[in-house]
Amino acid sequence: MSATDIRGLIQGLFERDVTLVLAVLGTIYLLYVLAGVAFGYGLRGQLNSIANLTFYIGVFGMLALALNLHWGYTGLFNIGIVGFMGIGVYVTALVSKPPVAQGGAAQVGGFGLPLSVGIVSGVVVAGLFGLLVALPALRLRADYLAIVTVAFSEIVRFTMMSRTFQTFTVPDTVDLWLFTFDPAADTVGLGGGGGLILNYPDPLEALLRSLFLWEPYLGLIGFVERNYIPNNPKPVLDGVLYGVLLLIGVGLFYLLLSRTGKSPFGRVLKAIREDEDVANALGKDTDRFKLTAFVLGSALMGLGGILWYSSRGSITPPSFRPNITFFIWIALIIGGAGSNTGSFLGGAIFAGVLYEGPRYFKNLVQTAFELGDAPRNFGEAMAGFASLDPMPFVLYTLDSISQLRLVIMGVVLIWLMHNRPEGLLGHRKETASSVDLARPGSAESTGKPAAADGGEER
Amino acid sequence: MSVSETYVRYRQTLSEEPLAIGVLLVALWMAWSLVNGLLTGGIQVSSLASLVWDGLLRGLIIGLAGIGLSMTYSILNFANFAHGDYLTSGAFAGMATSYLVAGIGENSVGALLLVGAGGSVFGGALGIGVTTAPIAVVFGALIAGVATIALALLIDRFVYRPIRDESGIALLITSIGVAFALRYLLQFVFGAGVRGTTAAGSVPRVSVPAIDGTFRVTAHDISLVVVAGGLMLGVHLLLQRTKLGKAMRAMSDNEDLARITGIPTEQVIRTTWIVGAGLTGVAGYMFILWKGTLGFNDGWLLLLLVFAAVILGGIGSIYGAIGGGIVIGLTASVSVIWIPSEFGRAAAFLVMIVILLFKPEGIFSGRTTA
Repeated sequence: MSATDIRGLIQGLFERDVTLVLAVLGTIYLLYVLAGVAFGYGLRGQLNSIANLTFYIGVFGMLALALNLHWGYTGLFNIGIVGFMGIGVYVTALVSKPPVAQGGAAQVGGFGLPLSVGIVSGVVVAGLFGLLVALPALRLRADYLAIVTVAFSEIVRFTMMSRTFQTFTVPDTVDLWLFTFDPAADTVGLGGGGGLILNYPDPLEALLRSLFLWEPYLGLIGFVERNYIPNNPKPVLDGVLYGVLLLIGVGLFYLLLSRTGKSPFGRVLKAIREDEDVANALGKDTDRFKLTAFVLGSALMGLGGILWYSSRGSITPPSFRPNITFFIWIALIIGGAGSNTGSFLGGAIFAGVLYEGPRYFKNLVQTAFELGDAPRNFGEAMAGFASLDPMPFVLYTLDSISQLRLVIMGVVLIWLMHNRPEGLLGHRKETASSVDLARPGSAESTGKPAAADGGEER
Repeated sequence: MSVSETYVRYRQTLSEEPLAIGVLLVALWMAWSLVNGLLTGGIQVSSLASLVWDGLLRGLIIGLAGIGLSMTYSILNFANFAHGDYLTSGAFAGMATSYLVAGIGENSVGALLLVGAGGSVFGGALGIGVTTAPIAVVFGALIAGVATIALALLIDRFVYRPIRDESGIALLITSIGVAFALRYLLQFVFGAGVRGTTAAGSVPRVSVPAIDGTFRVTAHDISLVVVAGGLMLGVHLLLQRTKLGKAMRAMSDNEDLARITGIPTEQVIRTTWIVGAGLTGVAGYMFILWKGTLGFNDGWLLLLLVFAAVILGGIGSIYGAIGGGIVIGLTASVSVIWIPSEFGRAAAFLVMIVILLFKPEGIFSGRTTA
């Protein structure tokens, strides 16, 4: 890519997307910082809140982008996202957890391989399961595919919870024809309902060590400790750094997916989305394309799952309920299916407003007004109305904001489907041709790209 | 078709479908291990009978709930993901009524209406049960149906009707929004706790002798069979003897054509919701009465099994939904003979996936709304 190309690219970006993304992100961050000021947070509190927000923007943005490859580009209605995420992180845990001695603690161990191997195997296995689901399921209608994928994600969760897969004993030596393996692991397994403790080295530390940045980072922590945050700033800085890394990850996802979308491969995917029969008639092996897209998307979802959960201390099966899948769907629909920028924006807005927002709102209200204890149940909340006192109800509402958040999400989804099913940036017209089709001097054709994205000329 | 032709056809299928061979082999292995287990005494006949009975009852609930889903699926042409939460809504409405009828005068009305949220009233203490409080149960079942009808019509008016002409996928996504809103509103009102709703100890039961033991049948089992059977028969008569069934079939085939022919499509849709939601509400109530516990997630957890049943039976087919429900219920229960009990539901999903792959139009293939 030559320098002029790059400059043109940057200019093009500025005209369209970067400004919008920065404006939205800036607004969300500003609101959170202001909320932090209202709470009376110090630097530590602010950084914590920012890191938390960035984390969710990162993971939802990432997963919405991956889903966009399935639904936005190819029209594959996958509602089994959380299954692929779970597979990714469970495989990573299995591969990278240190082995435990036999007869030791009840906790199951892993194979003790480096974390990088674990992450790669997690992504690969998620992709393989994508293949397993897609091979038979892709010939199904969209709504059948939806039901099959959500059933798949539930089967994955049942497997995580089952006692059958809780622990296995690995033999001391494995003979494979010419090779003899001596696995370090003794007992491995999925841990059943209790989940797995992720006692491998901290992913952040592992990454920094491999880049020889660990010592400088410790130096930075020491500097911050001396000058800004007195005691133990490491967790806070870890969080911020992890958030920044996630955003870089989102950037990489974006690059990968927008390049994919603009490649001949991506054009075939869009053709399949618009009309599979036509794409087929034009000599494209649509099944193959769909399969590849599904596997790639599933692998990316696996990676998203790994990045979401692997830095937690432990993972348990209830984290992988279908709700997460629907969160990502809502994020994608807010942003607009078919647009990568839209997917990320949707992820950011979902994370900042719908996912984390209500909790901040509750805290804000509680900080602003000195409120008493909330009633324990709806009955007590309604009892206030008998004496024309709405306060118990208000308190109960605030107290149950974590459930009402999901009601709000549902209502937002209904509203979007009624009023703006294409989302913020969906169905934007984009040129199908890779060269500029506008004729110089012809006023009519400039600025009117061909309708390749399903947008009809109106 | 001659024998040789059939043979050739099957040979073709087998060579073209490696998966089919796998399914066949698994089926053969299952049959062999069952017979073997029964002969050697590894599996008791009585425990098998008990699993079959349990599966049959579950199947009736799934089938009853499936009729409504199947009807809206074929007429409105979308998979309603909120259907499970209609089920839960019906169960809560019905149980609140039962609590009120059984416990009025001794407990506060609010606690009764909230189905004892936060442990304020217990169904066991109220003696909820078909023999101990028959009036409460009858009222509960009726109100469950009526409330679910009202809810479904309300939601249809404000959510589905404005986007009636959109694609099935748009409606499906919208129904996910409805499911979220409904489920967590229920949690907001009734609380997150799972409560016991029936006086489980005082439900009369008989031990039915099987060859090498007995299995248990309770009064709630019997009432479930009676209610489910009666409603299914009623729907059958309704759709066979009235013009409604014909109109529904016409609509599920081609809505525009139906409208041109003078079928009042909106009215048919409304009737569909009424019949479907009524059955769903009663199914939800009977489900809760039968299993004795109630939580805000119950319907959602059942939904995928209901989908499995509807797909198995063929979308739009009432008998298919019932038959599919019974197959799915039996699969979920009886499969524990061969696989660990955690995977009963997974086995039911697998049956659904296999059917979708080999016979996506369902085992009672073809659209036969009635």
